[in-house]
Amino acid sequence: MQGGNGSGTLRKLATLLVVPVALIVLWEGYKWLWQTTGWGWPFVVNDTTMPHVYSILQAFSQPTTTGGPPLIQSLLHAAWFTMKEAIAGFLLGGVIGFGLAVLLAHVRLLERGLLPFVVGSQTVPILAIAPMVVIGLGSKGVQGWKSVAILAAWLTFFPVAINTLRGLKSPDRRAVELMQSYAASQWSILWRLRVPASLPYIFTALKISATASVIGAIIGETPASIQDGLGGAIVNFNQYYSLQPTFLWATNIICAAMGLVFFGLVVIAEHLVVRRAPENVV
Amino acid sequence: MSTIVEPVPSGLTRELGGRLRDWVPALVVFVLAIALWQGLTTAFHVQTFLLPKPSDIARSFWENKSALWSAGVYTLKEAAGGFVLGSGLGILAALLLARFRVVGAALMPFAIAANAIPIIAFAPITNNWFGLLNPFSKMAIAAVLCFFPTMVNTLRGLTSVHPSSIELMRSYAAGETAVFRHVRIPNSLPFMFTGLKISAVLSMIGAIVGEYFGGPTNALGVSILNDTQLFDFPRAWAGIVLASAFGLAFYGLVVLAEHFTTSWHPSARSFSGE
Amino acid sequence: MSVDAGSKAVSIRGVSKTFRTGTTALVDIDLEVEPGEFVSLIGPSGCGKSTVLRIVGDLVQPSAGSVLVNGKPAHRARLDHDYGIVFQDAVLYDWRTVAKNVSLPLEMLGWSRARRKARVEEMLELVELRGFESSRPWQLSGGMQQRVSIARALSFDPSLLLMDEPFGALDEMTRERLNLELLQIWEKAGSTVIFVTHSIPEAVFLSTRVVVMSSRPGRIADVIPVDLPRPRGVATREDTRFFELVTAVREALAAGRVEAPPRSLATGEVY
Repeated sequence: MQGGNGSGTLRKLATLLVVPVALIVLWEGYKWLWQTTGWGWPFVVNDTTMPHVYSILQAFSQPTTTGGPPLIQSLLHAAWFTMKEAIAGFLLGGVIGFGLAVLLAHVRLLERGLLPFVVGSQTVPILAIAPMVVIGLGSKGVQGWKSVAILAAWLTFFPVAINTLRGLKSPDRRAVELMQSYAASQWSILWRLRVPASLPYIFTALKISATASVIGAIIGETPASIQDGLGGAIVNFNQYYSLQPTFLWATNIICAAMGLVFFGLVVIAEHLVVRRAPENVV
Repeated sequence: MSTIVEPVPSGLTRELGGRLRDWVPALVVFVLAIALWQGLTTAFHVQTFLLPKPSDIARSFWENKSALWSAGVYTLKEAAGGFVLGSGLGILAALLLARFRVVGAALMPFAIAANAIPIIAFAPITNNWFGLLNPFSKMAIAAVLCFFPTMVNTLRGLTSVHPSSIELMRSYAAGETAVFRHVRIPNSLPFMFTGLKISAVLSMIGAIVGEYFGGPTNALGVSILNDTQLFDFPRAWAGIVLASAFGLAFYGLVVLAEHFTTSWHPSARSFSGE
Repeated sequence: MSVDAGSKAVSIRGVSKTFRTGTTALVDIDLEVEPGEFVSLIGPSGCGKSTVLRIVGDLVQPSAGSVLVNGKPAHRARLDHDYGIVFQDAVLYDWRTVAKNVSLPLEMLGWSRARRKARVEEMLELVELRGFESSRPWQLSGGMQQRVSIARALSFDPSLLLMDEPFGALDEMTRERLNLELLQIWEKAGSTVIFVTHSIPEAVFLSTRVVVMSSRPGRIADVIPVDLPRPRGVATREDTRFFELVTAVREALAAGRVEAPPRSLATGEVY
């Protein structure tokens, strides 16, 4: 099942390299095959629809406006702006999700009453309410990026709430009875038993939430006319796609990288905090 | 034998009765929330662009019902197309990776990493690939969104099999096909449905986001965007409510399918849905 | 050692097993089992008794030595469906009803639907589970689940029954009752049984011979023939001879343990 020895790590490193290379080869191969044969299905392949990998990489060093800074600089700037929104949304959503789970775990009636809406909340297309949230909160003097953070929190709280609830309820009945035999209060059972037991569940949720908050931040920006972030960059470069497709691709690569970085940070935190086998949690 | 268990036929009527009772608190909350919303927006004269009254939204929906409904159905079709395409490919990929487990184990971290990518940001690109007005541009982004959750969950279900279950099949000299048919695939169903439930919600969101970056005027995402720009907020909210309702209905459909195909599962009795 | 291995139900010769991790599980195991015998393997955790069972079932490959089942290589015997196996967990498929679980091996053998149905009824009759055909496994108690598992193992009339601590997870009363039922079934079916257990009284009560194993590395420390009269019943457990044999097995286990270093939790039995 697991190698655990030196050759295993080497093999892991090898696959780590093989897959990206294989993806690039597949991309260029597909592009070459479709272009030389002229196949139009499922879509016409040319340098606009599928730019060369190297020209996408080249785009990073090109200035977006004549005499301006190279694309990578403005993209990193935008990424930091969006990351700020994502982190704020992640923290806000995480706290709300955790609090909600504690509440629902202790009040059965509330669980029945609210849980369907917690699930339902995620079917609301946040993109659609984004402009209204940004305009609405803006009229109350809330800065745009904070409104976007709230949108990101909307996507973040859900996995945390659901998984924490499951985790809080996960301790064995006997473990609870043990605590009760010590005449432990509900509060004490919560912090000494239920919360530690739910940590692996919470981290599973936080990994999902990390991505969700990035999505929320990017998507929240797009219809809200916030220009400083990656969402704004996507809207902007999308308009010039037929002229300069590599810019949009480069932006999306930064988006992907940001998602991966945030995800990776949570994985590292998990390794530091959870000392038990996290694979036990589905 | 000390414990005698009655052979319990799953009493459908009793189960349904229990279900209905379970929903009462949710219904109460729903009615209360709507009443509170209506009351507060009226009492404090909340501007419509912040939050229109539920009655205004309902009226707007009624006045525009045919246009909104057809836009909703159009978007739902895109979502459903993407769902079928993406989840289908996801299940297929999971089966292949479970059959060749060494490759599967090597690729799993990449699939998980791919899940961490904000794929939805690629919606403008599929729009450019297939054309703004081509519904396939939305299906494509919805499909990519559905692919990974379905694949990762199904693969987990196909491979997280009790080792003795496999040994039992081997003691019958069963081949790989029989192991899949009798053990791995049935075992994966609850996992697969977890992925499908996520995908159902994602596909609807994917279609709407795709439409936001451009699409035909009779699509729900475009309709909501136009209403917002024209400051017709009650109508925009009516569209949002419809989108949510369709998303929920899609989710419910998957839950229903899960109920029928995995009613054998122990958890099906105590815990339904997520 | 017998010259004519062909007439033996199971013939294990010079079997050793070293796992890929480097752990030596078994060293030089020799064991002959006559047709119709009931042989128990007993020993401390990690002595490799379950591995012996799995090697006989061709579920684990030995590093050295050979295994013949009914005079054939173990691999051939598995392909021929010569044995049925029962695990500590019942390993019933949740997605199948009780009846469908019992008929699983019959489906693999390509039996017709009618023939399967008749046999399933017969087997559930045998383990006293009539009326539970359409129940789900998780609706049954642990003891009932294990009876379903036994019915499944016997359904296709294998000449050999491999049992890996089948009653290990059950309470004492259920275990004693199932021991008795198993003996009755075994006497009726006339099959050979290899039975892995942790329980000394269980081994003595059931077996014609008790094979005592010691650990690190796993090997056979002693073989104790059980000369208790048959049919055995509730009275057998109160027989003085029963107690003498229990003591004999206990002493053999203790003798085998002398040189064994304390085991850490991390190196349990390796399946």
